[in-house]
Amino acid sequence: MEKAMRKYMPFFVLPTFCAFIIGFIVPFIMGVGLSFCEFTTVTDAKFVGLSNYVEAFKDTVFRHSFWYTALFAVVSLVVINVLAFALALALTQKMRGTNIFRTIFFMPNLIGGIVLGYIWQLIFNGILSHFNTALGLNEWYGFWGLIILVSWQQIGYMMIIYIAGLQSIPGDMMEAAQIDGASGFQRLFRVTIPMMMPSITICMFLSITNGFKLFDQNLSLTAGEPSKMSEMLALNIFNTFYGRTGWEGVGQAKAVIFFIIVVGIGLIQLRATRSKEVQQ
Amino acid sequence: MKKKRWLSMVGTGVFTILGLIYIAPILIVLMNSFKKKVYINKEPFTLPTEKTWNGLENYITAIEKYDLLSSVGWTIFITVGSVLVILICTSMCAWYITRVKTRFTKALYLLCVFSMVVPFQMVMFTLSLVADRTRLNTPWGIIIIYLGFGAGLAVFMFCGFVKSIPLEIEEAALIDGCNPLRTFFSVVLPIMKPTYISVGILETMWIWNDFLLPYLVLNLNKFKTLSIAIQYMKGSYGRVDMGAIMAALILAVIPVIIFYLACQKHIIKGVAAGAVKG
Repeated sequence: MEKAMRKYMPFFVLPTFCAFIIGFIVPFIMGVGLSFCEFTTVTDAKFVGLSNYVEAFKDTVFRHSFWYTALFAVVSLVVINVLAFALALALTQKMRGTNIFRTIFFMPNLIGGIVLGYIWQLIFNGILSHFNTALGLNEWYGFWGLIILVSWQQIGYMMIIYIAGLQSIPGDMMEAAQIDGASGFQRLFRVTIPMMMPSITICMFLSITNGFKLFDQNLSLTAGEPSKMSEMLALNIFNTFYGRTGWEGVGQAKAVIFFIIVVGIGLIQLRATRSKEVQQ
Repeated sequence: MKKKRWLSMVGTGVFTILGLIYIAPILIVLMNSFKKKVYINKEPFTLPTEKTWNGLENYITAIEKYDLLSSVGWTIFITVGSVLVILICTSMCAWYITRVKTRFTKALYLLCVFSMVVPFQMVMFTLSLVADRTRLNTPWGIIIIYLGFGAGLAVFMFCGFVKSIPLEIEEAALIDGCNPLRTFFSVVLPIMKPTYISVGILETMWIWNDFLLPYLVLNLNKFKTLSIAIQYMKGSYGRVDMGAIMAALILAVIPVIIFYLACQKHIIKGVAAGAVKG
């Protein structure tokens, strides 16, 4: 069968392969290369070694945005997962209308980041104007605003994953625990949560990578106001590229650092899920 | 038993209120889209009164002055075009690289998996240069960019499914005289229907809402997607017309809600499938 198929290789693989070269491989390799160069367009690139990386680490705004992003990722991770888990528990109980509620809670997930940002900007500014202030005046307004926005967007998504996990717990296991006299709390912490660990790991890593990669919402809700204090990593990289001429190389170096952070998180996730699989 | 039923009624009540709070932001924007622009920032939480009522004026401004309908059109064109191209090309590619094991196909699979973890910021600058140089900065060209950048996830998900298809079915088709192309389209493709739906939904959600890739790739003087148009309304014009923005937000949300209500079962299944694998 393989022999017969090989003749048809161009039909099957070539379109995707060519697009993949143009859309991913070439930009990626160029990107890594250019992070060691100084340039404004590719033709005038000059090799400068690691000086872009040094410049990137010296940039105080970049360092601030790193810590701001890391804190944001951790806080959003906790808020989203606790609330999504609670919702999933509640909506798998016997109750009228659970399907409609699931539909409603999932809906914001489909709305794009730019649109979400402007929807919430109207609401936050409407509330804050009563206290004679605005979203762009304090970096922590922006921070908690983004937390609320992202929770609104992602709780429904994580809830769906948790519900799928809850439904895969065998019913007789719960019954056995009940007959043995386990209280509701004991059942939650001794049976449900251990059985849910695979879903919990997935959701935790999804929300932490989403937190690190957040861009659209950040751009539309605060755009980094006040004076770049609410600027997260992805937006900082964007502004380095397109906001300052001559800084393209530093922007690319920052992008490589960002890439390494995201891959690092991904590798930890892979290990965590693998070790869970062995246990079961 | 009586106590339980009572409890479930309370639960339904509580969640009805929570659900209403949950969709309130969208309702508030809808309400404001009918107000005159000067009243929107001042009092966003009050219902339109006779004084503040603006009818459909905001929608007309959004459509006429900011040419929003053509943005809607381009967004639909790019999303539908890209998703169709991605589905056909990547599923063919995935079938080939799982069935034919060479060094090349193994490397391609690994590269696809690798591309899934690379954040867009890593390639955005160089990708926009490449797109400009190769003249792919049109809504037709961006389909190829989306195929390239979205290939990773799609190939990965299709490969996972192809592995579960028994080889005997395809061998039987080949022995009966089908060439590989015909085998793919009349045997493999129908079996993979559920995966097509999952991948299709994930890619649709991504491309419809995507902002940065089209922003950097497209020639913005000629073509804008919805997200870009909204960002432009807010950003680059000196005075911001809040009324038109509210109308634009609603126009951007409505297609999504219709799409969601029409195929929510598939969407929720697709999301769960995609999450577990990705």
